[in-house]
Amino acid sequence: MELGIFLFFATVTIIAALMVVIARNPVHSALALMVCLVQVAALFVLLGSPFLAALQIFVYVGAVMVLVLFVIMMLDVREAARVRFLQGALIPGLVTLALLGAQMLLLLISSDRLSFVSTNQAPILKGGGLEQLSKTMFTDYLLPFEVISVILLVALVGAIVLTRSEVK
Amino acid sequence: MDIGIGHYLSVAACLFTLGILGIFLNRKNVIVILMSIELMLLAVNINLVAFSSFMPREGGLTGDLTGQVFALFVLTVAAAEAAIGLAIVVAYFRNRGSIAVDDINMMKG
Repeated sequence: MELGIFLFFATVTIIAALMVVIARNPVHSALALMVCLVQVAALFVLLGSPFLAALQIFVYVGAVMVLVLFVIMMLDVREAARVRFLQGALIPGLVTLALLGAQMLLLLISSDRLSFVSTNQAPILKGGGLEQLSKTMFTDYLLPFEVISVILLVALVGAIVLTRSEVK
Repeated sequence: MDIGIGHYLSVAACLFTLGILGIFLNRKNVIVILMSIELMLLAVNINLVAFSSFMPREGGLTGDLTGQVFALFVLTVAAAEAAIGLAIVVAYFRNRGSIAVDDINMMKG
């Protein structure tokens, strides 16, 4: 049962990711990426971290993808959508893709550290672990947390400065 | 058959390679390249959460929350990257009237 649910989510994730790459219209790409993000949030729930899944939907689907769609609709990119694919990039792209996929698969199959990890079962943390998560974040990782908030502030100010039009 | 960590890592590997394929193929549109980068960061996040969920602990339990904390950090950095990248795209479009990657050669010597 759980395996069936996982396979459904994984299949939809990968199909949506493929749609992101090969869709001709950027709006279709953005919508496919939204589907992909929701499916990955479902995978996070299966992995026992519902808080991260909710955060994924809030941040990505609620904010980042709306921003992307807004920019796509603000800029007129319709003529760019006609010829999206660079000529002659397909063969090296596919070769690199096949090499990378084969390497990752080989690592996944033959690594002995991975078998050490995967012998354990019951991956679900009971109770979601939100209290533990916040304790970990605000004690052990307090300095990275502060740094990340400074990064967000810099991104905020930087986006405003970059897009401000010089009318004066 | 139980779902092992290999299942999640396979999904993440597929997402990562698809993101790289997107960067290779879509050289006409910067926004799609940004979306491909989001796909790759998403794959990294799946890996982090999967490892955090399957990490063995004392007492026969599994789960270590450090991976989830780092997944949160990756999420934040991805959001900041999207904001800055889109701001650059908007500023560039305002100057040049195009966002095709082939046209972005102002710094070429």
